[in-house]
Amino acid sequence: MISDTVVELSRLQFAATALYHFLFVPLTLGLSFLLAIMESVYVMTGNEIYKQMTKFWGKLFGINFALGVATGITMEFQFGMNWSYYSQYVGDIFGTPLAIEGLMAFFLESTFVGLFFFGWDRLSKVKHLGVTWLVALGSNFSALWILVANGWMQYPVGAEFNPDTLRMELTSFAQVFFSPVAQVKFVHTVSAGYVTGSCFVLGISAWYLLKRRHIAFAQRSFAIAAAFGLASTLSVITLGDESGYELGHVQKVKLAAIEAMWETHPPPAPFTVVGFIDQENMTTNHAIEIPWLMGLIATRSLTEPVTGLKDLVAEHEVRIRSGMQAYAALQSVRANPADAQARAALMERQRDLGYGLLVKRYAPNVVDATDAQIARAARDAIPLVAPLFWAFRVMVGCGVFMLLVFVLALVSASRRAIMRQRWVLKLAIVMMPMPWIASEMGWIVAELGRQPWTVAEVLPTWISVSSLTVGDLVFSLVGFVLLYTALLVVEMYLMVKFARKGPAEPDDAPGHAVVLGADAPAEPSKA
Amino acid sequence: MSDALTFLMSYETLRVVWWLFLGVLLIGFAIMDGFDLGVGVLLPIVARTDDERRVLINTIGPTWEGNQVWFVLGGGAIFAAFPLIYAAAFSGFFVALILVLFALILRPVGFDYRSKLANPRWRSMWDVCLFIGGFVPALVFGVAFGNLLLGVPFRYDEALRVHYDGNFFGLLNPFALLVGVVSLSLLVSHGAVFLQLKTVGELRARARRWHRIAGLVFVASFAAAGVWIAFGVDGYRIASFAGTQAGSDPLAKSVVVEAGAWFANFRAQPVLWLIPLLAFAGAGAAWWLASRRAGWAFVASGLAVAATILTAGVAMFPFMMPSNLMPSHSLTVWDSTSSLLTLRWMFWMTVLFLPLIILYTSWVFRVMRGPVTLEQVRGSDTHY
Repeated sequence: MISDTVVELSRLQFAATALYHFLFVPLTLGLSFLLAIMESVYVMTGNEIYKQMTKFWGKLFGINFALGVATGITMEFQFGMNWSYYSQYVGDIFGTPLAIEGLMAFFLESTFVGLFFFGWDRLSKVKHLGVTWLVALGSNFSALWILVANGWMQYPVGAEFNPDTLRMELTSFAQVFFSPVAQVKFVHTVSAGYVTGSCFVLGISAWYLLKRRHIAFAQRSFAIAAAFGLASTLSVITLGDESGYELGHVQKVKLAAIEAMWETHPPPAPFTVVGFIDQENMTTNHAIEIPWLMGLIATRSLTEPVTGLKDLVAEHEVRIRSGMQAYAALQSVRANPADAQARAALMERQRDLGYGLLVKRYAPNVVDATDAQIARAARDAIPLVAPLFWAFRVMVGCGVFMLLVFVLALVSASRRAIMRQRWVLKLAIVMMPMPWIASEMGWIVAELGRQPWTVAEVLPTWISVSSLTVGDLVFSLVGFVLLYTALLVVEMYLMVKFARKGPAEPDDAPGHAVVLGADAPAEPSKA
Repeated sequence: MSDALTFLMSYETLRVVWWLFLGVLLIGFAIMDGFDLGVGVLLPIVARTDDERRVLINTIGPTWEGNQVWFVLGGGAIFAAFPLIYAAAFSGFFVALILVLFALILRPVGFDYRSKLANPRWRSMWDVCLFIGGFVPALVFGVAFGNLLLGVPFRYDEALRVHYDGNFFGLLNPFALLVGVVSLSLLVSHGAVFLQLKTVGELRARARRWHRIAGLVFVASFAAAGVWIAFGVDGYRIASFAGTQAGSDPLAKSVVVEAGAWFANFRAQPVLWLIPLLAFAGAGAAWWLASRRAGWAFVASGLAVAATILTAGVAMFPFMMPSNLMPSHSLTVWDSTSSLLTLRWMFWMTVLFLPLIILYTSWVFRVMRGPVTLEQVRGSDTHY
């Protein structure tokens, strides 16, 4: 039997390493584009200050990029290490976008990022700009394929169960790639990355402006970040709303859990702003509600209902019972591959096979599950509501706040009033941690909201783990915590140190431009 | 033409093609990231002062990042094309892989952060990290290969869940450690050849010395491993199976373990003996060419790396991960791949993108060509 401790520790390790990786990825996505924009302005205008900007923000980009790459290696391998049953059950589909990510995106980004740093003296202006754009493109393609893979876990289309190989197999690559969930997620997530890059540049520039340092440099950086940030925030919010609409169709459980919708209301359903979640009794106490809003977001209509969690649990019971029959048919096919009747019965109910596996946790033989075990499995099939409910609200709150600050920042910058409106600058600094908080919360909403499945309605999480020992996981988890904490401290130290130091002013002694550890004065670069 | 395409797109051919692609990726990793790992190991040995260490780091500084993707892509490609191997090998070698990951994680940060501060203790701490980041993977990959040749203690249950009945210390047996020495010495000598291409003067002379030492260790350990396999390691042979076109079910075959089975392919096709000979010849040519034509020495060294990996692959074919616990549960080319459709998609993706990767990687190496000297490193703001 699979040990619950192994399952919980594997989940903890995955969440910890993914959330940690996701501290660096959004900044890479956003900053790479901002660097490309700054350098494009440099190449078009020939104004050296934009080159100085590209180099300075590029240096901070490099500090962040190193950890993004380092922690990404873990992600590529830990599916097989910690989730081996998952890997062989769905690797036929899930492995493909990961491999294409390597072929098409990660190679591009990583090969050219070296030239971004080392190529200033060896490439013409235009060629170097091309290199910078390829890095930005590579990192964004990378996000595309990762989110195609993730989108499939949320909404597994284009695949079919094969009883002879006991796994899911690809039937349509196009369906996997063009999955609406994947596409919406991709734009939502990369936009969140652009917001992160913008907040980073905006906040640090605001700090210089408050300190009256590097004013010309900081004003330009501030303006670019404000414009790019506002556009990106609007994109995040629009696509977030689009996700809500998609969820209403394909991930009803997640939507209902995010909104703590226990009952199916007569349409249009109200939206709960805040409340105290009571998962045990399936109710929310002291809720503050806005009438109609939920129905409008989820269905964009006044007449379609939004299904509540209690009704969804009842639906799960039905599907579990059907899944038990699918499982029984599968056993017959395994015993006798020529049993055409059992094969037909299995294919007819293959959509519910995952629900059959859900009850396996309580009834190892599945087919003999009692009503009580079925009811328990059906209750399990909704995620923890309180963390989703709150994570979602924190994410949206951060998003709205950032939108306001970007509007103020852009208005202030375009009226050339930044130096007088010091409160806007202070707001920009206050805003700095928000995109990270929002991104991490977004991850929690998306992935905790997928529970109890690794692949929605296909493969339960607990069955997906490797046959490891608790000792293995304690070893790996302690190692990750120690290593990652140490690296985070080092990274933050360097980031703060180099941000405080600021860009090298053109009239500084050349020695001040030394960044990568040369202990003798640098030559001015001859680009 | 359409017959050729039908043949190419058949399950059987694609399985062999994907075995070859995996070999290409592994060899790509060992050649490209291999010299980075080797330079990491040589960092504290060849370079003594801080400036010298910066020279070594900067020989690979602009390109190690792209090179490392061969490793990541190798992981992704096994996942996509051989999901059963991805699942069984990575969970079976869990502790060993965790150590490799921890070591590899130190490298990106080591390269980028080391020279950002002038403090000598900070720098020597990262030097240690870069050494570990080179040494541990170079050794463990060989140890893992050694264990594949011996067979790994895993079995499947009726739900096709893989169970592993060994532990980390079981991997550290004498034969596997010998193969670990093969891979470590091979990559260190490869790294030393690269350093002779990219450095001048005293550093180059020291790299040459270490190239000779590592090269001798490689030749001796590679030969010793071959002799050991001939006399002390049983191979695996498929006795009956569902065929090369059947769905990937690792339980649908029977396997026998017998002495000399790892030489069966060489006996059947004697021309294959050229592959291990090429490994020796490449190492020898690299030795001979290093002081005259370092570029050609690097090519020869790369051939030695490729031939070494290919030797192990050819010996085991069609086995990829034999089980010594339940030999009939072993994973082979015929029963551990993805579905036909996935192999087809991945085939076209690889055919499309791999040449592009090689093309732009070559361009980057061309832009960064030429040796790295102490003078360059001392006076530059674009170096690590």
